[in-house]
Amino acid sequence: MSAHADNHAHDDDHGHHHKETFVTKYIFSQDHKMIAKQYLVTGTIMGVIGVLMSMMFRLQIAWPEEPNVLFEALLGKWAPDGVMDADIYLALVTIHGTIMVFFVLTAGLSGTFSNLLIPLQIGARDMASGFLNMVSYWLFFVSCIIMVSSLFVEAGPAAAGWTIYPPLSALPMAQGGSGMGMTLWLVSMAIFIASSLLGSLNYVVTVINLRTKGMSMTRLPLTIWAFFVTAIIGIISFPVLLSAALLLIMDRSFGTSFFLSDIFIQGEVLHYQGGSPVLFEHLFWFLGHPEVYIVILPAMGLVSEIMASNSRKPIFGYRAMIASILAIAFLSTIVWGHHMFVSGMNPFLGSVFTFTTLLIAIPSAVKAFNWITTLWKGNLQMNPAMLFSIGFVSTFITGGLTGIILGDSALDINVHDTYFVVAHFHLVMGISALYGMFAGIYHWFPKMFGRMLNKNLGYIHFWITAVCAYGVFFPMHFIGMAGLPRRYYTNSNFPLFDDLANVNVVITIFALVGGVVQIVYLYNFFVSIFFGKKATQNPWKSTTLEWTTPVEHIHGNWPGEIPHVFRWAYDYSKPGHDVDFVPQNIPLKEGEEELQH
Amino acid sequence: MTALLTIIVLVFILIAIWQMVKIFDLAQAKNENTTAGVATDKDNTLNGYLMMGFLAFIYIITIVSFVKWGDLPLMSNSASEHGPTIDNLMVISMVIIFIVQTITQFLLHYFAYKYKGEKGKKALFFADNNKLEAIWTIIPVIVLAGLIIYGLSTWINIMGVDESDDPLVVELYAQQFNWKARYAGADNTLGKANVRLIDIDRANILGLDESDPNAQDDVITTELHLPVGRPVLFKMRSQDVLHSAYMPHFRAQMNCVPGMITQFGFTPTVTTADMRQTPQMVEKVLNINNIRVENSKKLIAKGEDALERYEFDYLLLCNKICGKSHYNMQMKIVVETQEEYDAWIAEQKEFKNSLVN
Ligand code: HEM
Ligand SMILES: [Cu+2]
Ligand SMILES: [Cu+2]
Repeated sequence: MSAHADNHAHDDDHGHHHKETFVTKYIFSQDHKMIAKQYLVTGTIMGVIGVLMSMMFRLQIAWPEEPNVLFEALLGKWAPDGVMDADIYLALVTIHGTIMVFFVLTAGLSGTFSNLLIPLQIGARDMASGFLNMVSYWLFFVSCIIMVSSLFVEAGPAAAGWTIYPPLSALPMAQGGSGMGMTLWLVSMAIFIASSLLGSLNYVVTVINLRTKGMSMTRLPLTIWAFFVTAIIGIISFPVLLSAALLLIMDRSFGTSFFLSDIFIQGEVLHYQGGSPVLFEHLFWFLGHPEVYIVILPAMGLVSEIMASNSRKPIFGYRAMIASILAIAFLSTIVWGHHMFVSGMNPFLGSVFTFTTLLIAIPSAVKAFNWITTLWKGNLQMNPAMLFSIGFVSTFITGGLTGIILGDSALDINVHDTYFVVAHFHLVMGISALYGMFAGIYHWFPKMFGRMLNKNLGYIHFWITAVCAYGVFFPMHFIGMAGLPRRYYTNSNFPLFDDLANVNVVITIFALVGGVVQIVYLYNFFVSIFFGKKATQNPWKSTTLEWTTPVEHIHGNWPGEIPHVFRWAYDYSKPGHDVDFVPQNIPLKEGEEELQH
Repeated sequence: MTALLTIIVLVFILIAIWQMVKIFDLAQAKNENTTAGVATDKDNTLNGYLMMGFLAFIYIITIVSFVKWGDLPLMSNSASEHGPTIDNLMVISMVIIFIVQTITQFLLHYFAYKYKGEKGKKALFFADNNKLEAIWTIIPVIVLAGLIIYGLSTWINIMGVDESDDPLVVELYAQQFNWKARYAGADNTLGKANVRLIDIDRANILGLDESDPNAQDDVITTELHLPVGRPVLFKMRSQDVLHSAYMPHFRAQMNCVPGMITQFGFTPTVTTADMRQTPQMVEKVLNINNIRVENSKKLIAKGEDALERYEFDYLLLCNKICGKSHYNMQMKIVVETQEEYDAWIAEQKEFKNSLVN
């Protein structure tokens, strides 16, 4: 027994000293595996809401101001006679963005997989603090409830875009949604940030302290590296958003002028003086940009792991992969200004941010090439998780490449805030991270629920989603390059854009099909939890420690001693072994060299 | 109607999916229990082929997009002096992207097809190769270095305002949800202004300082007229929330920030009249008008008015979310000869004459 594991509360006789009730097992659970499942289910529900919203506003863009029974049913007073109102359009876009970025792809993704995999893959009985972990989940839950309840506010939910730039977000007279709706948005996000910080601290401490004997940092699976670095970025950047939110709350409610100055609205001059909206933009994007890496790094980790396992090959360039995670993490904190090239910021600063932004392309390129090389001469097992991982690399490349244009300040002048941006970030962050999350779910479902997902439904889910994702977001580049601004309720006031209307119809059809096909996944997920085929202990023949635990979940993860680790996580198809994988807990053979890369 | 159609289509899709599942499940029935849910050789083969199919799909959607929608106003036909440099850089970037995209997507999907798994096959244990990794670190470094140098020199050129070539100074003033332009008058110096000085009753709508001599000859308009070939320096101001002055034909954009003056300068090179004559524009306008005629038929059938004929004009669009009518915050831009411009500006009221006492 390692020194690390000894000081943990549960030792070998775990599970005997307290009886679990329904409440402590399923609701106020402190077990990381249960908390992971709670995050996953909550994130899924939020995802359904977010996707439904996107389908609604896509309908509006394709057939502007046409009545739709769906609107009438779902939007109520916001769709008089079934015609969507312009205010609610912006609200839907705003809440869609917020939910997708924070609730689904930050909490849903990191919350699920960091919780599930960190203790299991490093060989720990649980998180460093099970209690904080529970608190973190319940704070997240509360923030979800508040965000969803903001949808029912009289004057409408927040509608200033997910970036909530003041003064629009600060002044209720500027927009209905900036009243109570925005207050709830801010409160919800503040709680969310608290939850996220507690979670991140727990992940970092656990990875540093609770690794089993032999699990050195250079033997960690790339998943853990990704979660670990993600948590660190979160700890650095989320507090800055929290302070921005607090200052905004003060401007809104206590008359301070951090972000506001010289405003004349609805016939009166407001008292604000000396503040600057540009300051808010700096604070927001100081989190906002790292946030996209908080979303994408865990997905990268999951994909690296799944690709290696399903290729039956080591991940190519393990050390380069770690180095690129670190490089991306570092650079991600000094590129936020690329969202602000035309904000009125000093042009010289713009040059600096162009430079740092384009630098990020280098570690990103290294990662993409390494994934592709991992496939080369492999023995690829095309499980649904593998398909989503390959899909991830594909959309990450397609979306990432257009970053070269947006990161270049001279070119951004023209495409900033157009649909080109929407196309770019959905592919590189939205769809890619979603694929990473799906890949993780298909791969670790047996670990979470002891049953298998139906793979045929998985194939259908993947292929239709993959076609629709390109169908939706690829053409968006072109309407963006034609100069179509985003966040427009309708384009019918610009005859200039009339020839783009048919493109918008095509996009919406793909979006509707892509949205509806997620029902296949939801059906598969919820039915398989109860009726799926029983899983074996190590269905994918993987090397990592989570597959050495019993299928039935037990408190403390391993019935006996925690396994020790003797090798890295990627001994797939290693010469000199009969089987094509050697788990990390198998000692080196006589004379076997530990290959580490 | 569309709603009904939508719902019918969705129902059909669901039924189709259901059928596909049934077929897959039937084919699956003989599978033993222990490997349920794990890909078999058959799955590997099928999905390997689908990967190649998907590669074809990516290529096709790329080609179709370029052919159908690739006539990009933002990559050709610019109407400002710096426009062609940006367009050039855009084309270079697109070519690089296109090449990298084509190659990497091919490798990814081709490998997924070529190395699809078979029972008993063993993968190559290939964990590292410093030379390879050095190559694909250095190539992006070189390409990006080129792009950075070109990009930054373009950027500095555009953003640096040369006051010595006597630009025409124009204020762009944004408010929910319209634009105003303020010309500096004969002295080419804008009068002081602050929203605190706005006096609606006296029609001092932009908050000009009535005591400032420079303000007296300022001219406030709701259309933006620019003489061709003369540098313009825009000073942006907003009275309420963030807006963004987006003039795509001129490759120009700058946010309007309450409490602060931002700026952007360019030189228009093509008059509205000349732009309307260019073959691309003639074709585009014709196309748009055909679409509008079609749409008008539908409107008339519903008893509504037909759409007006479209004629090309440069536009200033709001490109920063600013509230309910953000989608309709626009101003017409007219680029004309110096004489036309002089005639137009002479007709406008100077500030001192526009006040109501
Ligand atoms: C079901 C698939 C999705 C569709 C069809 C979709 C569609 C769209 C569209 C068309 C917009 C732009 C609307 C506008 O600017 O007027 C938008 C905004 C946005 N979407 Fe999505 N989206 C989808 C999934 C996602 C995912 C997975 C993410 C996760 C990152 C995401 C994040 C965002 C964000 C952050 C915005 C910006 C919101 C804003 O402008 O304030 N979306 N979405
Ligand atoms: Cu960014
Ligand atoms: Cu606007």
